Amino acid sequence: MTEELYEELEAILIQADLGVEASVGLVETLRQRAKAEKIKAAEELRWLLKDELKKLIGEPGVLIKNPSGPTVVMIVGVNGTGKTTSVGKLAYHLAEQGQKVVLGAADTFRAAAIEQLEIWGERAGAAVIRHQMGSDPAAVAFDAVQAGLSRRADYILIDTAGRLHTQTNLMQELEKVGRVIGRAMDGAPHEILLVVDATTGQNALNQAKLFAKAVPITGIILTKLDGTAKGGIVAAVVNTLRVPVKFIGIGEGVEDLKPFDTEAFVEAIFDRS
Amino acid sequence: MLFEGLSQRLQDTFKRLRGRGKLSEKDVKEVLREVKLALLEADVNFKVVRTFIARVQERAVGEEVMNSLTPAQQVIKIVRDELTELMGGSAVQLRFEGKPPYIIMLCGLQGSGKTTTAGKLAKYWQKQGRRPLLVACDIYRPAAVKQLQVVGESLNIPVFALNGQDPVVIAAEALEYAKNHNHDLIILDTAGRLHIDAELMGELQRIRERVPVYRTILVVDAMTGQDAVTVAEEFNNAINIDGVILTKLDGDARGGAALSVRSVTGKPILFGGFGEKSDALEVFHPDRMAGRILGMGDVLSLIEKAEASIDQDEALKMGKRMLSAEFTLEDFQAQLEQMRKLGPMDQILQMLPGANKIKGLDKIKVDEKQLRRIEAMIQSMTPEERRRPEIIDGSRRRRIAAGAGVKVQDVNKLLKQFEESRKLLKQLGLLEKKAKKGGLFSLFK
Repeated sequence: MTEELYEELEAILIQADLGVEASVGLVETLRQRAKAEKIKAAEELRWLLKDELKKLIGEPGVLIKNPSGPTVVMIVGVNGTGKTTSVGKLAYHLAEQGQKVVLGAADTFRAAAIEQLEIWGERAGAAVIRHQMGSDPAAVAFDAVQAGLSRRADYILIDTAGRLHTQTNLMQELEKVGRVIGRAMDGAPHEILLVVDATTGQNALNQAKLFAKAVPITGIILTKLDGTAKGGIVAAVVNTLRVPVKFIGIGEGVEDLKPFDTEAFVEAIFDRS
Repeated sequence: MLFEGLSQRLQDTFKRLRGRGKLSEKDVKEVLREVKLALLEADVNFKVVRTFIARVQERAVGEEVMNSLTPAQQVIKIVRDELTELMGGSAVQLRFEGKPPYIIMLCGLQGSGKTTTAGKLAKYWQKQGRRPLLVACDIYRPAAVKQLQVVGESLNIPVFALNGQDPVVIAAEALEYAKNHNHDLIILDTAGRLHIDAELMGELQRIRERVPVYRTILVVDAMTGQDAVTVAEEFNNAINIDGVILTKLDGDARGGAALSVRSVTGKPILFGGFGEKSDALEVFHPDRMAGRILGMGDVLSLIEKAEASIDQDEALKMGKRMLSAEFTLEDFQAQLEQMRKLGPMDQILQMLPGANKIKGLDKIKVDEKQLRRIEAMIQSMTPEERRRPEIIDGSRRRRIAAGAGVKVQDVNKLLKQFEESRKLLKQLGLLEKKAKKGGLFSLFK
């Protein structure tokens, strides 16, 4: 009876993309705690597991604020995770709080990525610093930071091109963008957010590892949580990179970026299953 | 780490399972435990894995173990074969039949790579002589229309777009435009949407009701996790997809989503996307994907080698027959057909261990081109002559030559070569006896 429950719980975790290793580990911890604390009731075991899961995923992070001058935020990730949309929504979110935002269109590779960001800039009331398609992304980032400094912006958000973590030359390019931003302003970028698509499976961990090799990741934006995917792989990402999840994306509207909520995230994993 | 040791643990399993003959339930279970982990790690859906493992279990228990494989390798071989089979066996080509223009509708989640794929497909089919028209049906995402226009421009493929119109109207107008402008292929690039978004799923249905869509293709990111099953199922239920394109395969994702999608929809995977360049699109190969999902590169190449050497086994069996029996022209004739399949006789003989040490073996040359003539000569002999070639005198030689349509010299040559071969075979037979007990062939079992 209890064994069946353990198996069921393990299956729930695996199906939430937590990965076999984490799932088996969590259920093992659960067994031990249940034994030590003499717990047998299914409801209590569920509660215990959620508790362990919350511990594993950790507290949400908040957006870093540079106390002296603008905060430079760089957004990175593989193709199609929702970087540009996240930058747009984050700009809107910050503008709503009365912050002055400048956007840097450093995705100079994908067709119409610049135009896409410009539309978001209009929605958020943020200036967009742009060059031509195909130009050097580091130069765009540099200009965006300088523009942000001279306009006394509170936040400078740099959108970068999607790239697969396995493409070494593109990862080097990303590293360069980060370096050049540092040249434009001491201590920048203050925040580098990795955008992870909640639909992604175990590969998200490889992504995180290789992006963190190129640039110092400081937090995660978990997108597309409005679908049926649970995004469990983020647990492994958080624990490998030792950085928190800061925001979640739940749609394409201007207000569809929310602060991460560990409790709600864990509850959702057990929803419907 | 649980998975860093996967390959090692498989090797251990291989070592433990040394038995021969038929696969026992224990053999199979032990290996399948590792396979299950490998599949889950590759993001194959949990339930799909469970069904798959049960199916292989049933098939594998009691199966004969191939000579050149260990029982564990045999199980992996069955797993690989079943995986390939489940993913459709061989590559599927999309055919265009009936009256053009053919409308191809691409759909999928946000960020799966529809627009990039639309461009690649247009180029792919243009190269095959089609006149494609790209149609921008994504009116929601900022600058999505512009993105397709830029893609089209760079490929020199026209793009149809209408400002401020419903995608259903755009599709209908695009069809008219295509007819008037001699396009025989229309690719609809629709907006990314969630499978649970009833309104947007309804839009795809309305497009299909309005224009005759030839094929509806679901674009799936190869990095997709467990949810691939739900996504594919919902899209298939709502709009009955005809096939799948798997994108971002140039990354290092194992791509278990391919198996998940395939097994819940039963629809073929048509293409794989391997990069952002416009020609980075390939016809999908289920066998390669099976290997990728399974991981286990070393084990799989080992199995492939073993499979390739099945022919060698056959050759050795024949060699053994040649040594054990008094080799006659009758045997020779019987084996000629088989030999054609296996390669020239000198090569077969070369496969015998120790053969390279025997002087004069290289003199035996049974030319492939001559095989038919030799066959004809042997056929012109009486059974008695075939069994005892020494009785073939001058007049018999003339008769045989006439019967086979060759010169007497040819018959002389054949008989001489055959005599040499027989001597050599005798030598080999002696070698075998020297190698004691089980004979020469026990040495390379």
